[in-house]
Amino acid sequence: MAHAMTAAEKILAAHAGRKQVVPGETVWARVDWCLANDITAPLAIEQMRAMGCDRVFDPARVILVPDHFVPAKDIASAAQARVMREFAREQGIVHYYEVGRMGIEHALLPELGILRPGDLLVGADSHTCTCGALGVFATGVGSTDLACAMALGELWFRVPATVRVEFRGRLPGWVGGKDLALFLISQLGTEGANYLALEFTGEAIAQLPLDGRLTLSNMAVEAGAKAGLVPVGPWQSDEEAPVAARYTWEVSHLEPQVACPYSPAQVVPVREVAGTPVDQVVIGSCTNGRLSDLAVAARILAGRKVHPQVRLIVIPATQDVYRRALEAGFIATFLEAGAAVSTPTCGPCLGGYMGVLAEGEVCLATTNRNFRGRMGHPESRVYLAGPAVAAATAVAGCIAHPEEVIGGGPHRG
Amino acid sequence: MARIAGRAWKFGDDVDTDVIIPARYLYTHDPGVLAAHCLEVADPRFPAGVRPGDVVVAGRNFGCGSSREHAPRALQACGVAAVVAASFARIFFRNAVNLGLLLVESPEAVERVQPGEYIEIDGEKGLLRLSSGETIPVRFPEGAAAEVQQAGGLVEYVRSRLAARAVPAPGAGAEGTIQGE
Ligand code: SF4
Repeated sequence: MAHAMTAAEKILAAHAGRKQVVPGETVWARVDWCLANDITAPLAIEQMRAMGCDRVFDPARVILVPDHFVPAKDIASAAQARVMREFAREQGIVHYYEVGRMGIEHALLPELGILRPGDLLVGADSHTCTCGALGVFATGVGSTDLACAMALGELWFRVPATVRVEFRGRLPGWVGGKDLALFLISQLGTEGANYLALEFTGEAIAQLPLDGRLTLSNMAVEAGAKAGLVPVGPWQSDEEAPVAARYTWEVSHLEPQVACPYSPAQVVPVREVAGTPVDQVVIGSCTNGRLSDLAVAARILAGRKVHPQVRLIVIPATQDVYRRALEAGFIATFLEAGAAVSTPTCGPCLGGYMGVLAEGEVCLATTNRNFRGRMGHPESRVYLAGPAVAAATAVAGCIAHPEEVIGGGPHRG
Repeated sequence: MARIAGRAWKFGDDVDTDVIIPARYLYTHDPGVLAAHCLEVADPRFPAGVRPGDVVVAGRNFGCGSSREHAPRALQACGVAAVVAASFARIFFRNAVNLGLLLVESPEAVERVQPGEYIEIDGEKGLLRLSSGETIPVRFPEGAAAEVQQAGGLVEYVRSRLAARAVPAPGAGAEGTIQGE
């Protein structure tokens, strides 16, 4: 009888041409997709050439997305983006997406409809784990790794043990994938899932729309995980498969969660930090820049104004999200509320541009990292939350529960 | 696998990649610059005191934090022959293997080795020898990771695999066959 395996082990075994793999062993596996961005691709391209390789293994399986510093923020970023653009042309890369047709890579990929459950995706970006929500074994690697994957169509992997996380119950209103993600990281800690594959199951996951699952898988890496899988189709874990740990959490009474500076694991229910004044709110990123995130924000902002002392920056994660938000009237709502709306970019998430913070400034963002200096000056502070809390905070001028804003509750003067 | 013999430099748990090489030096990957600042945050005597062949011995989660490949490059630039740790953070582990830096996992060895002690690592026997002569069995990267390490790193590994592909298989190109089909 075949040995019982987890979803992650089954996918790796299938790509390694093996009947079975066990956690801890390292194997060579075929990769279906290679992903890189304008920051990580240039080094990977340099390493690929050092390997003596001048053609990628398959131009239809390499995905190159300029998103971090484009539309180019300065001359150096323009030069980096050009290295990738020229490489894409020279190699005939099928999935290269230019400014005006792109999106933040981890939000763009699921939209393309090219990934299949059971695929193996490696990306030179730590949030590559986002596509785990599609049942794909998706993991972040270094640039030299990506060079190898582009050259050979193969890469070595240490097989991770799996941690099964079950979320029981129905999520209450204003609570979504981001709140589950922050709660999870607060429970596991920032290295609690190092070397491990997280697997998400349970009623709350079954009921969570795909956008919310992508948000949850996106932040698996904030607990150190190699992958954050929602198994799909035939790629399910065998019930008897050994796992490193099992957690079960009841989430029917979960409050919206907020991560405080300077760690995504420094999490409290929103009411504990309600009233904290902010200078800026950012709604966007690969974590929460999808259409349903903008829909939640628009619901709260409709007929209301951004607080006079707050700057609200809304960045649809992809061109398609932008267009659909426009059609749905969300963009008009944001503009009428007094928000700045931008073309897709990572921009402020990594302190690149489009919302860098000055010394002492406070921002609440729907992004995924709030390390010291992540969004600007080392003495600035970033709180992380979902789009409902973010929109409510933009209106109230201070961190607020969405119900307070909808119900006309406390407000910064 | 070569035998390694050198002095042990001991560090604690969670030595992150910012401690191994601070971000302010990432304007370059010049080995001289990286070596001059490697681990200076954790032990200011390290960059000047380390000698080729020395071994870094540390606790759990060595190399956590940013994914920068500069961290293993800095250790190599100092002449560090191996890192012995109770455990390694995931991306550091990959980067070190890819760059051909020897990693040894052994919580027991980490506990027993004293700072400054002269130790030997015997890859063939899978042992770490303390200065007292006592030996401790240790784990090395296995399988695919070991292949990469033995090739001298991932760039070399891929180079040789591509070169092997370029060589026609025995019999290919013999009389009567069509080239370049
Ligand atoms: S939005 Fe932020 S976290 Fe996501 S890929 Fe861009 S920089 Fe990374």
